[in-house]
Amino acid sequence: MGNGGVKLKRKMYAVSVNNIAKSYGAKKNVTPALHGISFDVKPGELFGLIGPDGAGKTTLFRILTTLLLPDKGTASVDGFDVVNAYKSIRRRVGYMPGRFSLYQDLTVKENLDFFATIFNTSIEKNYDLVKDIYAQIEPFSNRMAGKLSGGMKQKLALSCALIHRPSVLFLDEPTTGVDAVSRKEFWEMLKRLKAEGITILVSTPYMDEAGMCDRVALIQSGRLLEMDTPSAIIRDFSKKLLALKGPDMLTLLQAIRSHKDVADAYPFGEFHHVVLEQDDESGLLGYLQDNGIAFEAKMAVPDIEDCFIQLMKEER
Amino acid sequence: MREKVIIAEKLTKRFGDFTAVDAISFDVNKGEIFGFLGANGAGKTTAMRMLSGLSLPTSGNATVAGFDVYRENEKIKRNIGYMSQKFSLYEDLTVRENIRFYAGIYGKSSSFIRDKTTAVLQRLHLTGEADKLVKSLPLGWKQKLAFSVAIFHEPRLVFLDEPTGGVDPVTRREFWQLIYEAAAEGITVFVTTHYMDEAEYCDRVSIMVDGRIDALDSPSVLKQQFGARSMDDVFLKLARKAQRTAD
Repeated sequence: MGNGGVKLKRKMYAVSVNNIAKSYGAKKNVTPALHGISFDVKPGELFGLIGPDGAGKTTLFRILTTLLLPDKGTASVDGFDVVNAYKSIRRRVGYMPGRFSLYQDLTVKENLDFFATIFNTSIEKNYDLVKDIYAQIEPFSNRMAGKLSGGMKQKLALSCALIHRPSVLFLDEPTTGVDAVSRKEFWEMLKRLKAEGITILVSTPYMDEAGMCDRVALIQSGRLLEMDTPSAIIRDFSKKLLALKGPDMLTLLQAIRSHKDVADAYPFGEFHHVVLEQDDESGLLGYLQDNGIAFEAKMAVPDIEDCFIQLMKEER
Repeated sequence: MREKVIIAEKLTKRFGDFTAVDAISFDVNKGEIFGFLGANGAGKTTAMRMLSGLSLPTSGNATVAGFDVYRENEKIKRNIGYMSQKFSLYEDLTVRENIRFYAGIYGKSSSFIRDKTTAVLQRLHLTGEADKLVKSLPLGWKQKLAFSVAIFHEPRLVFLDEPTGGVDPVTRREFWQLIYEAAAEGITVFVTTHYMDEAEYCDRVSIMVDGRIDALDSPSVLKQQFGARSMDDVFLKLARKAQRTAD
């Protein structure tokens, strides 16, 4: 792409990542973190970066928030280059790192005041944006941030990342280690922020959160496995998928895996998911019956986790 | 009657006027995979600390691996294994050194350690990495190794505190395969997780809400009881009742 093309892409997208690569260490001890990845996020989009620990999610976030220089490639945020125009980016993005990074020995209110002041604004000016979230911790506004519970820290960190009304919000694993109820509540908050027009780039190791995003990139070992809307990724799962369960799940799994029609089989909640090499399951089911293994079987609809597993295995 | 590895009766822990664990009673059978669920702050960690001999209860009774939690907590520590997402292995020791170190702490003989190390490395397909530093291994391998180290001394019971957090979906399943194998060998597994699909892999599951055990049964009975389609639904129905705030 010529220079003009890059400029155009910058204008069109809230985040544009072009062939970004990054390694840590030097000489003999080089650990690659990102292998030349590219993707774009549209303005107002809720974009999910889905992958396990060590996939490169945090490295990418640090590059996009101008805290780390890429080895190769270019990237822009809100039209500004992450290397040359880093100061402009810092003024207009919000960033919530995976680790709690507020001042533990300032109170809730002091932390929020501090971040508002740094960005030349005030709590009053943007209160409507953080109101829903901040109201939940406001009764504790005089408590030290270090003395808050995990859930309250998360809400304060999100409030601080929002108080200057950023155009792009970066959230690095906001739901890791958080229980299922709090995770659901957090995603409700993100939907309300999206309605305010804020572009959100969020990372998570939880595959079931992919469905809450407009589009997702599946990332593993520094490479994008796939990028699309969650429903399109699921539509692309081309093989037939069965769900089987029985009284002895371990024996059932071993028997399924030994059959030639089976491309892959793995535990999936109360069932085993079975990916077939071909569309006809009668060979496998007959084989299980002949071997006296009790089971019930049904067709299964794949979800993002099934897709991730298949993509990971193709990559290997 | 099946042998009980954990028996807890009205086990309680108070910190000042805060009751972290409020008179919980339950049994865990030998060789069982027991899921210990609850929202952040429900009291899971405090309960696990009492059961592993690290914290004395305020009131109530419990025996773990046949030993009393008040008087025999040192014996409990010797007869259990423990691993968590946060604390597992020494990054600056090799795979082999980590195994030898932990097995040595539990007083295992050199010949036992030597023979079993070979078997464990083969099982994990880590024979070629035996002399590499643990920090050079991918997270999923580390967690599988940490689990094998936690049960290397053949404890009667192993506590797993969110062992699969952040682990990729393929390795997460390989990890559960190791859990199944350990349970089949008679090691009782006591596990916490935030992945609700993993709750389905347990023989029985308890769900803590505000310091109490509000539900305890097999996943299929719990789903029936709560009219829920999945363990995720069961968990949400119970945890939403919680009055306490997290942590």
